Amino acid sequence: MTTLDSSKEIQKNNSEVNETHEDFRMFGLITFLIADGMTFAGFFAAYLTYKAVNPLPDGAIYELELPIPTLNTILLLISSATFHKAGKALLKDKNSDSQKWLFFTAFLGIIFLICQLFEYFHLPFGLTDNLFASTFYALTGFHGLHVTLGTLMILIISWQSRINGGRLTSQNMFPLEAVELYWHFVDGIWVVLFIILYLL
Amino acid sequence: MTISIDPQKTNNESLQPKGWLRYFSFSLDHKVIGIQYLVCGFLFYLIGGTLASAIRIELASPMSDFMPRDVYNQVLTLHGTIMIFLWIVPVVNGAFGNYLIPFYVGARDMAFPRLNAVAFWLIPPSGLMLVASYFVEGAAQAGWTAYPPLSITTPQSGQIIWILSVLLLGGSSIFGGINFIATIIKLRRPGLKLMQLPMYCWAMLGTSLLVVLSTPVLAGTLILLSFDIIANTGFFNPVLGGNVVVYQHLFWFYSHPAVYIMVLPAFGLVSEILPVHARKPLFGYTTMVFSIMGIVVLGLVVWAHHMFTSGTPPWMRLFFTIATAFIAVPTGIKFFNWVATLWGGKISINSAMLFSCGFIINFVFGGITGVALAQVPFDIHVHDTYFVVAHFHYIVYGGTVFIIFSSIYHWFPKVTGKMLNEKLGILHFIITFIGFNLCFAPQHWLGLNGMPRRVAEYDPQFQFVNQISSLGALLMAISTIPFLINVFLSVRNGKNAGDNPWNALTPEWLTSSPPPVENWKGEAPLVEEPYGYGKEISQQK
Repeated sequence: MTTLDSSKEIQKNNSEVNETHEDFRMFGLITFLIADGMTFAGFFAAYLTYKAVNPLPDGAIYELELPIPTLNTILLLISSATFHKAGKALLKDKNSDSQKWLFFTAFLGIIFLICQLFEYFHLPFGLTDNLFASTFYALTGFHGLHVTLGTLMILIISWQSRINGGRLTSQNMFPLEAVELYWHFVDGIWVVLFIILYLL
Repeated sequence: MTISIDPQKTNNESLQPKGWLRYFSFSLDHKVIGIQYLVCGFLFYLIGGTLASAIRIELASPMSDFMPRDVYNQVLTLHGTIMIFLWIVPVVNGAFGNYLIPFYVGARDMAFPRLNAVAFWLIPPSGLMLVASYFVEGAAQAGWTAYPPLSITTPQSGQIIWILSVLLLGGSSIFGGINFIATIIKLRRPGLKLMQLPMYCWAMLGTSLLVVLSTPVLAGTLILLSFDIIANTGFFNPVLGGNVVVYQHLFWFYSHPAVYIMVLPAFGLVSEILPVHARKPLFGYTTMVFSIMGIVVLGLVVWAHHMFTSGTPPWMRLFFTIATAFIAVPTGIKFFNWVATLWGGKISINSAMLFSCGFIINFVFGGITGVALAQVPFDIHVHDTYFVVAHFHYIVYGGTVFIIFSSIYHWFPKVTGKMLNEKLGILHFIITFIGFNLCFAPQHWLGLNGMPRRVAEYDPQFQFVNQISSLGALLMAISTIPFLINVFLSVRNGKNAGDNPWNALTPEWLTSSPPPVENWKGEAPLVEEPYGYGKEISQQK
């Protein structure tokens, strides 16, 4: 155990120290994503409770078409794979390949958002029509907000991975890894959302 | 991958403002941020205390003569929200956590210093927003719980500002929680094992897990509530087919753990203070750790005991009664551990020790009424009466606020290098302890006899007891005066404390007082036995 005397010795030893420590930014990000996931869990819990105990009034419209959301699920799953490709390419110092894959991922994200908006405009119900409609828009809207932020971040890191003067290199992978983890998280949430909202 | 810390970059003392100005800067030093949290929280405590005094003045007479009824509702809403979100949670987590945790894990700062500063600087603007919400037309008046339909049918502009403010404070709390988890798990000095950490680290780890798991649910709930107010949706509006009980479930999923977010750090702090002033090792370290983690797990599955009168089905009542009663076990273990720590110790009677003992006495009382409230038949009888108010304040004021004062007396020499005046401190304790018990003990009787809470007027038969309670509140208000005088005098002319006035063994005392920037000159000491008091003496012999 440390006694008071040894601590004074330590204080005498007033040398500048150059320390290193483990990179735990990823750990912090995972903790944040757990918190973010709890927000979605709260929304899902509310939706499922409404479904179980609050019957909709007669004549309420709550039919959902499956083609667009199925296409969207496929788009997001492909985008997860392309993002992974971008990371692999950057690891091999192929910055231009990495940038292409990132642009493609962002493109898929934008297509997803366009499809989502197309679905919104063609649905037979609006935000305040009934409880199902409100929960539907709140859930998909909150997820769409995440996709929007994710797409913006992908565009930013694809700018950073440019060949001359970009800060994203195989030595500095963290921005790409962080956004990739976030993107996989958003995809995972979408899969859960698709099952609960559209299939159940 | 590792990050190297360039001393040229981090030791930029010349770039940081010096003296008191640094407390108004975007400082990344965890010690400065801790003091920012504490002082900011104390200013809001004074505002919330003024509002509490207004409530007690109103309740000194049965009629609503001091303020109109709607103003009374607005005042109690603001009192509850300020005290919880701007005083207790930021101070007991943010202030002491930021100041102490890096010392305890042997680090130079928190894991994410910038995030830390952002988390603090979210608080003053959202606090000002909250206070400002009182002055717009239609101030929030649905209580700190903001239950719909009350919160969506009363005038709404103030309620929306209230929601935005609580969302920002929740964000600040989550950022703080992420930082504490990363610091305690990842930033420990090499060689320091988890089971060698001071107890406050464990308390903060448990608290931060609760913050990260439950606060986002409150955020989601409040977003839905604001949709109900702004966009006219019907999530919680029965007229539009919504369900108010869903709000209550989601709200209490956060707000019951919030009670532990407010009281677990106090458990940790008292476990630091008692061994130092009793000169004995903390009794039952391992059981203490497991009971903290037990409270964290159980704390997440007891929320519906707040809703026994909300049409909960019998199986739910049964489950939540039993789960809540189980929490008494780890809490009882901790209580007996503190008593056993004091038992046979060489106790110094000083302000820090007195406030800690006051905490133990008040807290066991609040704990007993808590177990009583978990029982469905009893809960239905006293639901929404002053019994609940008394129970809650015994936990949060008699428990946490006593420990905040105790900690201020204990760590003031660490922060300033000066001692606080003991005579004024003991006077502060005596007035606070008598005032607190005079204010809240009679409210148990009021509640059992059916006086409803959150109402400006009451049956005249309760007047005498209410006046006793108001007298207690007056004493509590007076008690801050010797404290403030003490702090201002001691900062200027206090007795010099030296580096370690209490001869404590926990790591924060093994550096100079006040500590240098980056905490240690040289390497951080490895403290394997933060509570090795008896052993130290035997080794010296």
